[in-house]
Amino acid sequence: MRVPYSWLREYCDPGLPIEELADRLVMTGTEVERIDVVGPPSPDNFVIGKVTEAVQHPDADRLRVCTVDVGEGGARTIVCGAPNVGAGQTVAVALPGARMPGGDKLRKAKLRGVASEGMILAADEIEVGEDHDGIMVLDDALSAGTPLADVIPLAEPVLEIEVTPNRSDCFGVHGIAREVHAVTGADLGPDPWADDAPAEGEGQASDFASVTIEVPDLCPRFTARVFRDVKIGPSPLWLRERLAAAGQRPISNVVDITNYVMLLTAQPLHAYDLDKLPGGELIVRTAREGEKMTTLDGVERELDPEIVLVCDRDRPSGIGGVMGGQVSEVSDETTSLLLEAANWNGPNILQTSRRLSLRSEASARFEKQLHPDLTMRAQAVASKLIVELCGATMVPGTIDVAAPAPEPRTLRLRGSRVTSILGMEIPQADQVAYLERQGFAVEVDGEDLLATVPADRYYDVTREIDLIEEVGRLHGFDRHLPTTLPRVGEGKVGRLNRTQRLRRRAEDELRDLGFDQIVGWSFNNPGEAGRLRTCEPDPRAEPILVANPLSDEGAAMRTTLIGSLLDVAARNLSRGAEAVSLFEAGAVYLRGTPPETGGPLAGDFPGDTPAPVTEPHRYGALAVGPLIPRSWRGGSEPADFFALKGVLEALAASLGCPPLEFEPTAEPFLHPGRGAAVAVGGAPLGWLGEIHPLVCRTWDIDAAVGFEIDAAPLLAAATLGEELFEDVTTFPAALRDLAVVVDSDTSAATVRAAVLAGGGELLRAAKVFDLYEGPQLAEGKKSLALALEFRAADRTLTDEEVDAARASIEAELTKIGGELRA
Amino acid sequence: MLEQIEKIRVEATEAIVDASTSAALEELRVKYLGRKAELTQILRGISQLPPEDRGPVGGAANKARKELEALIEQSAERLDAAELEAKLVADRVDVTMPGAPPRPVGHQHLITRTTRLIEDIMVGLGYEVAEGPEIEHDYYNFTALNHPVGHPARQLQDTFYIQSHPDVLLRTHTSPMQIRAMETHGPPIFIVIPGKVYRRDSDATHSPMFHQMEGLAIAEGLTLADLQGTLLAMSRALFGDTREVRLRPHYFPFTEPSVEVDVSCFQCEGTGVLADGSRCNLCKGQGWIEILGAGMVDPNVLGFVKEMGYDPEKVQGFAYGLGIERVAMLRHDVPDLRRFFDNDVRMLEQFS
Repeated sequence: MRVPYSWLREYCDPGLPIEELADRLVMTGTEVERIDVVGPPSPDNFVIGKVTEAVQHPDADRLRVCTVDVGEGGARTIVCGAPNVGAGQTVAVALPGARMPGGDKLRKAKLRGVASEGMILAADEIEVGEDHDGIMVLDDALSAGTPLADVIPLAEPVLEIEVTPNRSDCFGVHGIAREVHAVTGADLGPDPWADDAPAEGEGQASDFASVTIEVPDLCPRFTARVFRDVKIGPSPLWLRERLAAAGQRPISNVVDITNYVMLLTAQPLHAYDLDKLPGGELIVRTAREGEKMTTLDGVERELDPEIVLVCDRDRPSGIGGVMGGQVSEVSDETTSLLLEAANWNGPNILQTSRRLSLRSEASARFEKQLHPDLTMRAQAVASKLIVELCGATMVPGTIDVAAPAPEPRTLRLRGSRVTSILGMEIPQADQVAYLERQGFAVEVDGEDLLATVPADRYYDVTREIDLIEEVGRLHGFDRHLPTTLPRVGEGKVGRLNRTQRLRRRAEDELRDLGFDQIVGWSFNNPGEAGRLRTCEPDPRAEPILVANPLSDEGAAMRTTLIGSLLDVAARNLSRGAEAVSLFEAGAVYLRGTPPETGGPLAGDFPGDTPAPVTEPHRYGALAVGPLIPRSWRGGSEPADFFALKGVLEALAASLGCPPLEFEPTAEPFLHPGRGAAVAVGGAPLGWLGEIHPLVCRTWDIDAAVGFEIDAAPLLAAATLGEELFEDVTTFPAALRDLAVVVDSDTSAATVRAAVLAGGGELLRAAKVFDLYEGPQLAEGKKSLALALEFRAADRTLTDEEVDAARASIEAELTKIGGELRA
Repeated sequence: MLEQIEKIRVEATEAIVDASTSAALEELRVKYLGRKAELTQILRGISQLPPEDRGPVGGAANKARKELEALIEQSAERLDAAELEAKLVADRVDVTMPGAPPRPVGHQHLITRTTRLIEDIMVGLGYEVAEGPEIEHDYYNFTALNHPVGHPARQLQDTFYIQSHPDVLLRTHTSPMQIRAMETHGPPIFIVIPGKVYRRDSDATHSPMFHQMEGLAIAEGLTLADLQGTLLAMSRALFGDTREVRLRPHYFPFTEPSVEVDVSCFQCEGTGVLADGSRCNLCKGQGWIEILGAGMVDPNVLGFVKEMGYDPEKVQGFAYGLGIERVAMLRHDVPDLRRFFDNDVRMLEQFS
């Protein structure tokens, strides 16, 4: 909302520099985005001139050499290129030294050999309109030499205000003026709608026109007035200047008046050429399925049955509260006018303007829900101007079709409540003043106030708490609000819960293992499933789709972290990184109800309905190239399956999880021979493996290895913080190595399981430390070496005990086809 | 025989003293004291000698042997020391060559760091941390937060919706968790809610995905002044001990009164002017930087969870919503919100 300061001061002049006023407005809840200056930066050297002579330039067809009387200093010669310049005109002149908008200084100049001592101004040159077709021709009553600033504001400061959606009143200059009055206490002049236009002639408005409302809940009030002998023409300069400063393009007097009154009162208006309304009939109804109409902006729009139309007898004339149509548009030939000031249902207007993607100054106001009483205010102001500026006569009477007006609203404001909500006391007299200045009718009732809400604030102030805000903000939080700290928790200690602490530990561990943390996009291109070679019914290939994405790149919710990690890795490699080690801790989004539900904290939807989606928190890691950077002493090997397996095992160990379990798996995006399904205590966690070369290729990466696991089962298996002491020093351990030959396809896990089964309680650790396959063994055989640690908590083991355990291990190994090597 | 012993002794002594390496010394030890050595043979043959010779020969041979053993030991020590010395000299390195890289430690993302920082500040004030779903129902994101259907405030946040579920959306703020938390936990409640949020917007200061930290405090008798005190404490912990805050009235549907909160600029100490007299670029000469929106929780919001004990006549409180990226940008001079999601390792590695 642009508010020219001169216009504002017509209703309330705070007597403050505009910067100071802006500060007070900002600190009381009116957001002033900036102060703009329209027109020249200074009014100096702009005067009224009289063209006494205008002759053809000797050397230029399009230029005229004018003699202009500018009062003091006598006549000047000014060369002018405007086609409409002529002797006898009263014009606006910029003299040498004048600063033009943008700051350039006007100088004397020779134009095709003729010296010119100034410039005769077109409207756009001093930003009082967009017109550059000719110079401005002013009222002859003005005398030469009069400062131009006496006629139109120059260097007009304009407040640019961002109006919050609750303050529909501040979408009008008068509403802002009332706010300035409330904030500063400066006098507020009489309401501009206090008196109405005089009506003349025979008959009543209802003799010329009629209004039928078929949908009173969507159109609670429709007022219309009729004007005759209207002369369409340009608006006077002051009106054009105001509209231009307020950001509206001046068009013609009638249209300008409707815009002006809307900018003043916040109530939009619409003018119809009455002669183009067959029988003068207007019908307010909802659109029919598939109905179409062309709005004023020249666009044909397809309507739906929830959109409200203002129709003439034959066809739609406009979309109610949003935009008029072309059929009944006011034109230069218009002589009879029907002026609409109506009230519409806010949510319906909002819906219509969204569905049609059509926002107008009118819809922006109506969607906030205006009070029906504002219609007659706007009629009064506009009627006066139409009579005054368009030479029109107003037909007596107003057509006024209205549902019952909303009940007046009186609210009790408890004095004690003001203090207990705000934490500051506001003297009652101040409370009364703050409310009355905003137009509330206030009655004192002991410690309390009874406040009746004015029409402009009817839908904003509906409860006691709203009144508390009003008195609080005007009292000034910046000036009076104490700073206190509440007593928190009542004996409880603020802390992270166990899951939150474990999550932090897991993130820290991945970082300490050498991985950079990334935060990937939650949405991605729906084509990612294909790039990962997943296909239905794999849930990762059926992402949740966004209905209204900004682009295809954000059209699907991610189903994996590996996609995000590959994206980031590829981007960094393309920027010259030699190797990357990345991890992410974050959610993926899958269709289907979460495995565990239970109330709002578990993500249930209202009414304990399980959500149709689940958002597991995960850890993902990806390495491209070596984990340890290359140096002058050489480089290490690129990370492979076992490098990442070590990382994942270290992560689990750091949380105190039992050893992870690995089995071969066939994830579509993994190397078929180098991928594992990971579990802990039998609970599936996710996968680990080298990324399939075809997948790497689509991301333009040579080779990569990674893992992606669910946080919940991992953290559930964690014992961090719950560990108990185990005595490992009082009685020594017995260490033995053991080598066993097995078939090549017998897994290390199988061998280890047999060893542990045979070793019994005394065997405390069994680590595979060597693998041999080669000529010393038979074809299809391999040898594994394990380091065994035997220990008892209560005694030193004898050789006999250890030998017995070893024999039992050998027996177990025999069962899986193993044979001890000498 | 005695002469022979003496000859061996002299010869061996000379050789041992002359030995210049440990290996040569070891050869001498075998030659003169080993099993096949002359001296060893003499000692072994003592019993064959006439009885009268046995004493003197045995004594001389033993004495020589002991003497040689001592001498060898002595020489060994000397040679060891010399050899170590030589090795140390040979092992010298160029100490100015670069160190070998240790197994590298990775880096925490700035969003994580900032989130934890704010969490820890609020935990220090006695708050707990709660998290909620990002794909949210309209009821929690809007309706129960006093944004009824058709309310213009719904337009303040341009929303992503989920296909084929008209009531399901990507949460536009962390506020839905206010309702979820209050539905399961009666007053008093003091929580902060970090998390990802989504709005249909993209430029240097808007990203379609970003992070917020919600604060919610409901108990008996909490006031707007308490909100100011809490935000002052938080702002000082985040931006420096001399910071001030100011509350500007504003509008949010789910708080009443609502405020926007500014913190005094930490670059120009709130003056708007830098030491060299130029305008402060951080606060654009204002002296204040807007950091968050807040307010007293609207009674209508409490009305949605009244059965959990949130009777607006009995309990009241405040809520605030802070942009985590905004804090990180201010604290670390990051110019563009979108950089956080670019994940360039050269940026990631600037923050440990």
